[in-house]
This record gives sequence, structure tokens and C-alpha cells, in this order.
Amino acid sequence: MARTVLQQADIARALTRISHEILESNRGANDLVILGIPTRGVVLADRIGRIIAGIEQGTDPSAIVGSLDITMYRDDLARHPTRTPSPTQVPRQGIDGKTVVLVDDVLYSGRTIRAALDALNDLGRPRVVRLATLVDRGHRDLPIRADFVGKNLPTSREERINVRLTEIDGTEEVSIEEATSER
Amino acid sequence: MRHLLSTKDLGRAEAIQILDIAEDMADVQNREVKKLPTLRGKTVVNLFFEDSTRTRISFEAAAKRLSADVINFSAKGSSVSKGESLKDTAQTLAAMGADGVVIRHSASGAPQVLAQSDWIDAGVVNAGDGTHEHPTQALLDAFTMRRRLFPGDSRGRGLDGVSVVIVGDILHSRVARSNLWLLGTLGATVTFVAPATLVPVGADTWPVDLSFDLDATLALMQPDVVMMLRIQSERMNAAYFPSAREYGRQWGLDDERLARLRPDSIVMHPGPMNRGLEISAGAADSAQSTVLEQVANGVSIRMAVLYLLLSGEREALS
Amino acid sequence: MSESSYLLKGATLPNGQAADILIQDGRITSTAPGSSAPSGAVVVDAAGLVALPGLVDLHTHLREPGFEQSETVLTGTRAAAAGGFTSVFAMANTMPVSDTAGVVEQVQSLGDAAGYATVRPIGAVTVGLAGERLSEIGAMAQSRAAVRVFSDDGKCVHDSLLMRRALEYVKTFDGVIAQHAQDPRLTENAQMNEGALSSELGLKGWPAVAEESIIARDVLLAEHVGARLHICHLSTAGSVDVVRWAKARGIPVTAEATPHHLLLTEDLIRSYDARYKVNPPLRRDEDVQALRAGVADGTIDIVATDHAPHPRESKESEWDAASFGMVGLESALPVVQTALVDTGLLGWDDVARVLSTTPARIGRLNGHTHSFEEGAPANLTLVDPADRSTFTLDRLAGKSQNTPFEGVTLAGRVRWTFHHGFPTLRDGELASIEEAAAHARHLAREGVPAHG
Repeated sequence: MARTVLQQADIARALTRISHEILESNRGANDLVILGIPTRGVVLADRIGRIIAGIEQGTDPSAIVGSLDITMYRDDLARHPTRTPSPTQVPRQGIDGKTVVLVDDVLYSGRTIRAALDALNDLGRPRVVRLATLVDRGHRDLPIRADFVGKNLPTSREERINVRLTEIDGTEEVSIEEATSER
Repeated sequence: MRHLLSTKDLGRAEAIQILDIAEDMADVQNREVKKLPTLRGKTVVNLFFEDSTRTRISFEAAAKRLSADVINFSAKGSSVSKGESLKDTAQTLAAMGADGVVIRHSASGAPQVLAQSDWIDAGVVNAGDGTHEHPTQALLDAFTMRRRLFPGDSRGRGLDGVSVVIVGDILHSRVARSNLWLLGTLGATVTFVAPATLVPVGADTWPVDLSFDLDATLALMQPDVVMMLRIQSERMNAAYFPSAREYGRQWGLDDERLARLRPDSIVMHPGPMNRGLEISAGAADSAQSTVLEQVANGVSIRMAVLYLLLSGEREALS
Repeated sequence: MSESSYLLKGATLPNGQAADILIQDGRITSTAPGSSAPSGAVVVDAAGLVALPGLVDLHTHLREPGFEQSETVLTGTRAAAAGGFTSVFAMANTMPVSDTAGVVEQVQSLGDAAGYATVRPIGAVTVGLAGERLSEIGAMAQSRAAVRVFSDDGKCVHDSLLMRRALEYVKTFDGVIAQHAQDPRLTENAQMNEGALSSELGLKGWPAVAEESIIARDVLLAEHVGARLHICHLSTAGSVDVVRWAKARGIPVTAEATPHHLLLTEDLIRSYDARYKVNPPLRRDEDVQALRAGVADGTIDIVATDHAPHPRESKESEWDAASFGMVGLESALPVVQTALVDTGLLGWDDVARVLSTTPARIGRLNGHTHSFEEGAPANLTLVDPADRSTFTLDRLAGKSQNTPFEGVTLAGRVRWTFHHGFPTLRDGELASIEEAAAHARHLAREGVPAHG
């Protein structure tokens, strides 16, 4: 059965903290681009953008937030049915010379982030790339590490992490599901 | 999707999915780096039994921008012109490890025969077969219409309520057939205008309005889209109509007819054009003309199709 | 040959009467129920089986000489025996064309030697089937092959004057012209029935009028010169109407339909599977129904197979490049039962008429009485009308496998075929080539006329 590990208030607090940490490390919102990775990373990036705009007066969230689809860069395309890609939307200012923060809901093997870095590479040349994730559950396959973490959740490979966000799922929580017969 | 053989058996959701993915591909075309790694390691064969440089290079660009390896197999001057059968050719390509075959053939149904056979297990894209279908052309036409008619708001939608008039050699046109089925699926209404000799027998049973009179149709329909079809020179020698001059006068889009179109309507042509016959230079080069957009959009559509056919795990035969 | 006497116990004759058919020395010696078997006779349990006079196919392509990779006289007559046929008329589009006495005699000899069925060569109407000048019809008629049927089948005798002369000239020899009705200009590169489907599939249309206009012209020519005319493979409702009209006027025209045109429609072509490519093309369901009605009311006199073998590579290709034609000898009777008998349109006596007695009469097949009278040559076939089975390629006995019926459930199955008292097919098993050849030598010694 599923066990809730983060509730709505926990998620809100984590995102606020991540927003502050981003601003701190970037020394403000200048030259900052926040790119969410579909599907739920886009929602989280939106929220972070709005929190940042609330902190840094005069910041337009739509000028710093975008989405980065990684479907075409995945390394497991041939092992799954064809996926329909989502749009990539980069803020008008572009990414060249910017601080790009990638946002995803769960950091696991690191393969998604590897694909995102490739996708980013084809879009331009950021000054630095950072990674924010709501949940880091460990078990990395690649040498990738998050800069901003909402919560570290030690899990076993058999467990499943479910992130539910109001905009997509109608509810708001992070839960761990016990191992089932499927993998 | 396992193969793309016709638009007739394409569902609405599937068609819109292709158009939407093509939007993503079009975005990639506007970047500095126009290449995606998606089909790295896959091999696409352009198997062209009929000359068509335009279509071939469009597919070639699409495959290369998805990082596939491309092999061009042109029948002219090859063993095919020395009597090698479609079967032998297909088995040769299978042995070379082709993942996708883009086939253009003068015989209607050749792509379907290839797809149904056990000669090769590759995904098959029909790049024009005889007088049957040319599905990627219809898809790029629909994509072009959607982008022009709903600028900035084209994703996810069909062509409901859009009126399209297709003029010319319907009888021999695979473009007209593929457009008929696809545009109908997307909710558009289609009218064919042609001399009676160039209307296919039984077209009255198709979901299309038929007319012999271009001027009356343009006046009545005030269409959103006018699509002119190419008149092949060999038709003129086969008594389908008496002369090019008479054809142009009755069914050509000249400057005068262009002036009578709604200013927001668009003029399409699958190319290559016979300027001065089915379309005047003025109409072809007007702001309403989408001829060059169609070429650019062709690459995006073909990228979307190749992506859908070749990226995922191969669907089991149903 | 070990046995020469057979008693077929409990068979049903075409007229519905029960019979014990006794075959001795190549002839039927009794059909009276309750006959006891003479010593040494093979008793066949024919209970539930229908006995038909040996089937006669007026339209077979045996492909020899010239196209032996598709069929030979030997393999084609094996297919005939498997399908219940005891006589086949071999079409003239061989290589060289059967347009001289030499070629028709060669075909006749090959058939006589094989022993599976009586082979009657058809002579070409025009030299090389070119449609330009008459072939040596008289020489073929007076040759050892005694040709009576002349046809350019595969091609239409489209020149009106040439057709008139041909109709007139064959009267001299009691012959008949079998016309392949196809206007060549209206069917240039044509691929399938012209209509909404051909337009959708992008296959060049073959309009019904291309067939009907030639038939209309030819029945009027036949009336004008007072000659017999036979129309091959009617395929359209309009053709049936024209022939019906001609017969009502008293014009001496006969007509045939093929089994495939009585069962299959153009819709099969959606698959672009070239097994369904045939000349004339498969038509609409309305046409199929009109052909069935035409057979039922006698407008169409006979069913003939147009057995047209082709090697695999001729059908494994894109549609346009594939050859026209289907094999049909082995499936003919089951298709006729499925399309005409089980639908209530024909009785078994009608089947005997359209598949045996009438084609024999049109082709002037001498010596075949096609009755079960005592003393008649024992040319007959036993059919199990209760069989319902999926047609499979292993039921084909010829050299080629281009059947459109693979996987189709058909009614009825041929169990035994007797050719002059010799069982070419025994409970579904073909006689061996050696046995059949021995039978052929026996017939030659006995002086059984090769034409009967």
C-alpha cells in the first residue's frame, strides 16, 4: 500500500526553500532561466518561478520559466511504445550565457537529466546548469547530483514514488508504494 | 503506428497527433542546431522506383535531422530496371538491416504489398504510389492549412468547418485522394473541380462535392483554401482535354480568379508547378500562396512520421 | 492396371434416383439398384455421393508448349482429374501459339499419352493471336486433333471484319468461335473493374462496357452471318442482359461463366493481393448475382474454369506487374455447389448440364453421351455434397498454386473420377502417372476415339 511522505504543506515549504536557495546561489534573478521537464517538472518550475517573482520584485515569471522536452533525447526509446513529445518552450531571452535550472519531480537513475543536458546542448550554451528536484530517491546510474533537493527519500529499487500535483492530478502529495509483482 | 500507407485508415486522433508532433519538429527547424539524436543507429531506405527529387530530399532531410542513416535506392540504372522484382529488392534491403523503408512506386498498392509481405520487417512509409495515395503530402497540406488559418493556436485541433477546393486532374492525383480522406477526417469540407474527363468514375460516392465549373464554385464557396493540382503534360496527348490553353482558361488559377478570392484565403500547390497552365505566376508568388511553406512543412511532417514509425518498440502485427 | 470392374454402391444420380453403378471394361453396364458385384470387381461405397457425368471444361489453359514452368498437359490434366473433369479444352495461347495443325496435334498427343483426361485442343482464330489474319482453321479442323473450337482467348478478336469472316469460315467445319470479349482500347493497361473502388485504390479501371459492347457487336454479327458464337467468361450484369436479349431473338449464341466470377467480388482487391487479379476482372456483387441468375435461367449455358496457372513470382509482386489468371480446375465443382446448388439456384441435373453435357455439345465432343445409360463410356465423377471444408493448397494437383480460394470454406468435394472406366481419382487420391499412362496405352489399343 501507498504511504504518504510529503503532504501539501510539505511540498509548498520545500519549493519555497528551493526558490530561496536558487536565488541565493545565483545572487538574484538576473540571467536566470528555470526549465521544467515534462510532465510534473513543468508544474514545479512554474511554481518556483512564481515564488521567485514574489521574492524578487519586478521579475516576470513568464520571462524566466520554460519547459524542456527530452523525449527525442531518451536512451530508451526503442524499449517502449512510441511516446508523444511535449513542447519545448524557452523564455524569449534564450539560454546562452544564462544560469539554467532544470526542474524535475523525482531524481532516480539520472538518465532523464542526461537526456535533458543533451537537449539543452542543442538549444544553446548556458553559463551554468543546475538541477532542482522535489524528491531524490537515490539509485543513480550516472554521475549526476542535484543542487537543490526538496526531500531525500531513501528507497529500495522495488518501491515506487508517486508525485501528485493539483494542476495535473487534482490532489497534492508524494507517496511511496510498496513493491508489487511488476518489477 | 507500424506503417503509413494511406490517409484513408488514419483516425482523427492519430492524424492530429502527427500534426502536433510536426509542430515540435518545426520548432526544431528554427533552432541553430536542427538535428535530434532520436533515430541514431536506425537505417532509413528511400526506395524510389519513380523519380521524385523533391520528395526524396524531403524524406532524406527528415531522416537525417533525426540522426538516422539514410540509404537512397533509386530504381533507375539499378538492378530494378533490369527486371529485379519488388520482392528481391525488399529482401536485399532486409538483409542490409533497414528499419524503415520510404517507398515511391508507380504501381498503386506497392507500399501495401511490401508492408503485408514477409519479405521485410521494416516500417513502410508510402511516399506516393501510382494514382492511389500520397499520405505525407496530405499531412503536410493539412499542417500548412492549420498553421495559416489558426496562427499560434494550431496545436491539438482539426480543420473543422474549413472549406477546401481542389482543382485539376483528380483522376490521376494521389494527392487529391489522400487529401480527400484526411481533410474529411479532420472536419473540413472538400470540393473537387475538374473537367468531367478528369473526375474518377464513382467519385460521386465519395464524401466530396463535385463541380465542373471553377468560377461558380469559387463564387459559391468563398473557400478558405484553393489547392491547384499539377497537370501532367502527357494528359494533353490523351484526349482528356483539347488543349493547354482551353484547360488554363477554364480551370487555371489566373490573376483574375486570384483577385476574386477572399483576401484571407490561401492558395496551395503540391509542386512542381506549371506556371501559366494550372496556376499563374502571380498566384504562385502571391502572399496567399503557401507553396514554399509546404516544402518546409514537408520536412517537419516527415520527421514526425519517421519518429512515430521508428522510435518506439516495434508494434506487434495486429 | 489391376482392376477393370467397379461397383459404385448407393450413388445418387443427377436426377435424384438411387443407383448401383457397375463399370466393366470402360463402360457402364448397369445402374440398377441392388446389383451385386461380379467377382473381382472393386466395390465403392458411394452412399451419400452424387454421381455426375464426367465434367467437361471448355476453357482450360494447359500452358504447353511454351510455358511449362506454369503447367504442362500432364500436370494440368492431373488437376482436371482431381476436380472431377474427364475432358478439357486446351486454350490456344501457348508458345508457339496453337494456330497450326502441328501444334494442336502435339497438344492432342500429349493429352492422349497422359491418360488423366481427354484433351481437346482449341485453335487460334488469328495467326499468333495477333488479330490480323485468320489462322489455318481448316487445317486444324481436319488434322488428327479435329479442332472444333477456335479462340484467341486472352486477346479479343476486335476487328469487326475479321470477326465476321471468322464466324463465317468456321461454319464450314461445324466449328465455333469462342470470343474473349474485351475492347482493347477501352481496357489499355486496365487492372480491375472500373468503379468507385478502382478509383479509390488507384488501379486503372476496366469498364463493364468494354465487355458488353463487344458481345453486343458479336451477337449481331452472328445473327447476320448465321453462325454459332460462344462468349467466354461473362463477368457483368450487362453482358447477361445482352446475351439474354440475343437468345430471345433466336441468335445461336452460347455463353459461359467462370466459378470465380460466380463467387468473388472486387472487394477482395483492397488487399492488393495479386491472387485476385484475373481477366476479366472480378466485379461487383450485383454482377455476381446477375451471373448466378443467368446460369439459373439458362442465359448462361455453361460454367468453365478459365484455369490459368502462373508461377509464384508472377503473383508475388505489386498489382500492376502481376499476371492475370487463377487456377480453377480443382475448386470448380465446390464453388459451383457453394454458389449455385446450396443457394437453391441449380439442382444436380443442372450441374450435369452446365459442367458436362452442354460444354460437350458446344465443343462437339464426340462419343461422350454423358448419360448413365448402359453401354455408355464410363466417364463420371462422384461428389460428396455434404463435405464442408476450407480449401487448402494441398488440394491443388497442378503445377501452380495461384488459387483465390485458399482459406475459403467451400461445399462439396470430388471423391472419385473415372475416365473410360479408369479411376483417375480414387477416394481423393490421384492415380499415379504410370497407372494413368498405362490406361492411356490401353485406350489406344482398344481404339477408343481420342476425341471422345
